[in-house]
Amino acid sequence: MPIITADCLNVTYPNRVEALHSFSLEMERGEFVAIVGPSGCGKSTLLRVLAGLLKPTSGTVILDGEPVTQPSRHVSLLFQEPSLLPWRTVEQNLRLPLEVGNPHAKLDLSGSESRVSDLIRLVGLEGFEHAHPRELSGGMARRAALARALITQPPVLLLDEPFGALDAMTRESLIASLESIWRVATTTGLMVTHSIRESIFLADRVVICTPRPGQVAGIVKINLPRPRNWEMEGLPEFIASKNEIRALLSL
Amino acid sequence: MSATKFVFDHSSDTANSSVLRHTLMRQWVLRLAPWFTLCAVMVLWHVVSLGYPAFILPGPMRVVETLLGKLADGTLLIHTLVTLSEAIPGLILGAIFGFATGYPIAKSPVIDRLLSPFIVASQGIPFIAIAPLLLIWFGNGAGSKIFLCAIVVFFPITINVIVGIRGISPLLRDLFRTMNATGWQTFIKLELPAAMPLVLAGLRVGGTLSMIGALAAEFLGTDKGLGYIINQGRGLYDTSLVLAGIVTTVFVALCIYGSIRAIERMIEKYV
Repeated sequence: MPIITADCLNVTYPNRVEALHSFSLEMERGEFVAIVGPSGCGKSTLLRVLAGLLKPTSGTVILDGEPVTQPSRHVSLLFQEPSLLPWRTVEQNLRLPLEVGNPHAKLDLSGSESRVSDLIRLVGLEGFEHAHPRELSGGMARRAALARALITQPPVLLLDEPFGALDAMTRESLIASLESIWRVATTTGLMVTHSIRESIFLADRVVICTPRPGQVAGIVKINLPRPRNWEMEGLPEFIASKNEIRALLSL
Repeated sequence: MSATKFVFDHSSDTANSSVLRHTLMRQWVLRLAPWFTLCAVMVLWHVVSLGYPAFILPGPMRVVETLLGKLADGTLLIHTLVTLSEAIPGLILGAIFGFATGYPIAKSPVIDRLLSPFIVASQGIPFIAIAPLLLIWFGNGAGSKIFLCAIVVFFPITINVIVGIRGISPLLRDLFRTMNATGWQTFIKLELPAAMPLVLAGLRVGGTLSMIGALAAEFLGTDKGLGYIINQGRGLYDTSLVLAGIVTTVFVALCIYGSIRAIERMIEKYV
């Protein structure tokens, strides 16, 4: 059974801009899907709908057999900006999702305290546990935000261009870290991005979107072994996928 | 392993120390500049005062003499404490009401439309004009003074709370929504700390305004407080007493300002 089923999503904003048009997507448990498309193809809108932050004009999202009507603790959303609380240290920011939420929700938080230090190590922020966000570089802030998103062990992780506005080298290392962290975290990943090569690097499947309104133009399966590394960029499979995606984007 | 030879370049050393001396001198000049202005004003005041009788314009020495005299016999301290006992509760009361008004205005557009036009319009009323009304309603005691202080403090706090709460990034609000945070959790863990710097800035402005409010109320009817001292000095043609009262007021206002600033610094360190 797929963990996420988005069925015929339509989103039209009050200003009559149609952001999504009968958008359907199914995701298997544990896979990583990347959505690539030009600006204005409703990628961020899609993630907001999947996260339960935005009600679609029509269509349904089924998460783990239950319709999504409001934000759920089973889904973590990583925003375009790191959105750390500036008055909290890295460690305190990581702990935030454990401190809030409906106390009656059936969320298993046992062992989450030891996960704080594990995650800090996993994202490579040892030694910065007690640093405040203003003392972190852009890349480190993204790592902290990623660790925070994973602290509740969410079955689904949504990523909204989380490494935008960073320099190219930092992005490459963050993308590589993300791939290995995702493998360890065994969560289902969905990332929207502008970058074709980053989508191929990370994903099992790449979904290509058309602009305004967002529709699925095609899906490309990526047949690269894991763990992945940037040397794979030279492999024929990588290049073939790249060309296929470019063709679907009509670049 | 190769031997390393250290060369001391004396010419650059002396150049550095001259630059250092220059910066140090600049720092001292900048530090002393306000005191220079103060001295110049004192000298000017003294010279001008020589041409007038003391009940019109007493010289600075005369004012200092009065100040020290009133300080020694305890009058100044007692009256300062009276004024503070009005200004501080007024500040706290105004801050509480300011927060309780600003927060719902920031959160609800309906409450914003219901209240904001009148709160802004009310700022057109000179608070001195309300003081007699308060004396009629609340009598001659501390109540009317505290109330006037609260009214004066209310507006800057309200405005800063509105700006602080509205300024919270929508991304952070979305973050709290995705974590299923309750309204109370969002308030305690996001809104309050995020708005705190602006609330304290409002409190800092309010603190000095509160002193003005207390003094204004004391002018109108009382037999205690710094406002009374100043009024008494005017009645007795003891102009040096008036000036001593003003100096004390400024000093106390600066102390309030300074202590709130200190709290801000302390919180900035943790925030």
